[in-house]
Amino acid sequence: MIELVIAERCTACERCIEVCPSNVFEPTASGPPAIARQEDCQTCFMCELYCTADALYVAPNAERPEPVERAAVLASGLLGQYRRDSGWDEWQGLYPNEQWLMETVFRRAAEVAR
Amino acid sequence: MNRFHAEAEGLVADVLVIGGGMAGAWAATAAAREGAHVVLVEKGFCGTSGVTAAAGPGHWWAPPDPPEARVNAIAQRQRIAFGLGDPVWMRRVLDETWRLLPTLAPYYDFPKDEHGRVRNYRAMRGPEYMRALRQQIVNLGVVVLDHCPALELLAHADGAIGGAAGIRTQRGGSPWRIAAGAVILAAGGTSFRSHLLGSRNNTGDGYLMAAEAGAELSGMEFTAAYTVAPQHSTMTRTMSYAFADYFDADGRQIDAPFGPDQTERLAQALLAGPVYCSLARLPADVQSHLPTISPNVMLPFARWGIDPFRERFEVTLHTDGTIRGIGGVRVQGEDCGTGVPGLYVAGDTASRELVAGASSGGGNVNSAWALSSGTWAGRAAARRARRVPASFGGLVPLGRAGLRPSGRPRPTEAVEAIAAVRAEMHPYDKNLFRTGAGLEASRRALHDVWSDLAAHAGEDGAASLGLREAAALVASARWSVATAGARTETRGMHRRLDHPELDPGLATRLVASGFEAVAVRPETSPAPKAFESVA
Ligand SMILES: Cc1cc2nc3c(=O)[nH]c(=O)nc-3n(C[C@H](O)[C@H](O)[C@H](O)COP(=O)(O)OP(=O)(O)OC[C@H]3O[C@@H](n4cnc5c(N)ncnc54)[C@H](O)[C@@H]3O)c2cc1C
Repeated sequence: MIELVIAERCTACERCIEVCPSNVFEPTASGPPAIARQEDCQTCFMCELYCTADALYVAPNAERPEPVERAAVLASGLLGQYRRDSGWDEWQGLYPNEQWLMETVFRRAAEVAR
Repeated sequence: MNRFHAEAEGLVADVLVIGGGMAGAWAATAAAREGAHVVLVEKGFCGTSGVTAAAGPGHWWAPPDPPEARVNAIAQRQRIAFGLGDPVWMRRVLDETWRLLPTLAPYYDFPKDEHGRVRNYRAMRGPEYMRALRQQIVNLGVVVLDHCPALELLAHADGAIGGAAGIRTQRGGSPWRIAAGAVILAAGGTSFRSHLLGSRNNTGDGYLMAAEAGAELSGMEFTAAYTVAPQHSTMTRTMSYAFADYFDADGRQIDAPFGPDQTERLAQALLAGPVYCSLARLPADVQSHLPTISPNVMLPFARWGIDPFRERFEVTLHTDGTIRGIGGVRVQGEDCGTGVPGLYVAGDTASRELVAGASSGGGNVNSAWALSSGTWAGRAAARRARRVPASFGGLVPLGRAGLRPSGRPRPTEAVEAIAAVRAEMHPYDKNLFRTGAGLEASRRALHDVWSDLAAHAGEDGAASLGLREAAALVASARWSVATAGARTETRGMHRRLDHPELDPGLATRLVASGFEAVAVRPETSPAPKAFESVA
């Protein structure tokens, strides 16, 4: 579930409010969006993919909140990982889309299993 | 033709598409290309919502040349369709997919080899695919209304569907109404609210709305699909598990090799205790490319500090329900009509039996179906709208449970109804390993929940969405349980412990309908109730 909106990175563009499929964020009068409905988060990581400021952190636990240390997350290098590996925005061309390899992996597994 | 415009009662369009996953977006594309003014309403955001967006949809694919390619693809599928597939539909789907997918090139950057040739068109990455489809429909002039779930259909006096109504979940939850010449339901399938990746909004709303309009459901017994994921996570992406080894709590390897009965063996092991997984055998080159093949797969591991290639981690199986299952609204014609005038279905809202038969269509057939059915429904809806102009005159709302209960409304908790559905549809010993007695117990439990919702659940405004989702989940579960009870055999993904053999007499699709009393009949018998009827 979504755990953090990191204020010093957030540019208040409100893109996360727009793209979140389950409407967990709420705009605030000034500054970063609030996590208003954490229990509705479906842990799809889509908000991170669309956050060009890498200001969002979704914990992998979909069943219950998993609070994290803001400082530890900032230091971890995990912020923006999904967007980078997807080759979006400034990463375009540096991380190529290799989805096409997937079927070869299944084929190799079937050969091994035979 | 109508201009898309606003009237005092609401918006007017030629074609209304409900749901903005790949099926809805392809439907909107086709309708707009026919010249229709299209409005697409989406519960979440068209681009991130639904199971397409978070997945990596590989399409069923066979070129027309050499001709054996399609013949072989269809023959291969027919072998696991167990008599419920239709080769004519399979051929149509292969053909439509092959022609249409490459046309997305202006919006989707298909990877190329060192000679500049596209490597393949069939393997799409979800977020980029949905981003491309959104851009395509916006450029075609489709009006996309995000965060606007549909709650119910609107019908003319003769029963023809002429629009829908819903709410806007952001900025105050105001209601909306749209009149249209034709409506396409593309609201996805349902995982019965499991943690299947991307499926939270997919509560079976399309099934509920279609059935309220008089449509039937087909193949609803085929909901026993399950996918492995790291415990507590949503990451039901299968590729990295192709080389997985599984262990019990004592570190003994579980005999569950990659193959057709792997899920059953894992479910048996999970019924006995925790199961741990090792990905150590995943070839080194795949390990190093994993982040650029499926960028979301490593996210849970990295965040939990697990090295999945060296350490064992606990896994679970999440229910796919009808998503990597099969059932949905019965398709009644080549145009993906439902038998209800003005109402069409596409993607996981439609039954995929025609192309998948009795085995999961996940992995290839489902995406090809979503693209094709969306395209056919979109074209047909646009053509109908030329004949039948949209108008609010005489439109009546069809929503019942959750909106207009039959009795006195009283406070009803959607979460309790949803918990009841999960309790019947998730456990392996109920939905995967089925028995007549177990299904009967599920039927009774769900019947009581339904009766309560139908009689008393009704809210206005924002609260109505949760109750409608609960009603859709309970209704979908009831059709599934009733049909599974009627299919007294084991066929494809439907496994009956008390009927472990295939019964040649049941090589027919089963059709469910109704709310208070659920009726199940074989498709081949025209008269309702001729086969079996359960209350
Ligand atoms: C992890 C995963 C991997 C998969 N991989 C493959 C694969 O490789 N190959 C393959 O063929 N298939 C695969 N499948 C199946 C395939 O993804 C689906 O069959 C396909 O994406 C269905 O598209 P859809 O548009 O019908 O549904 P979705 O993409 O789920 O879209 C439905 C949309 O409807 C919206 N909606 C719901 N209710 C309402 C409402 N009341 N009002 C308005 N909008 C509403 C939802 O928010 C959602 O956006 C996979 C599935 C999963 C879960």
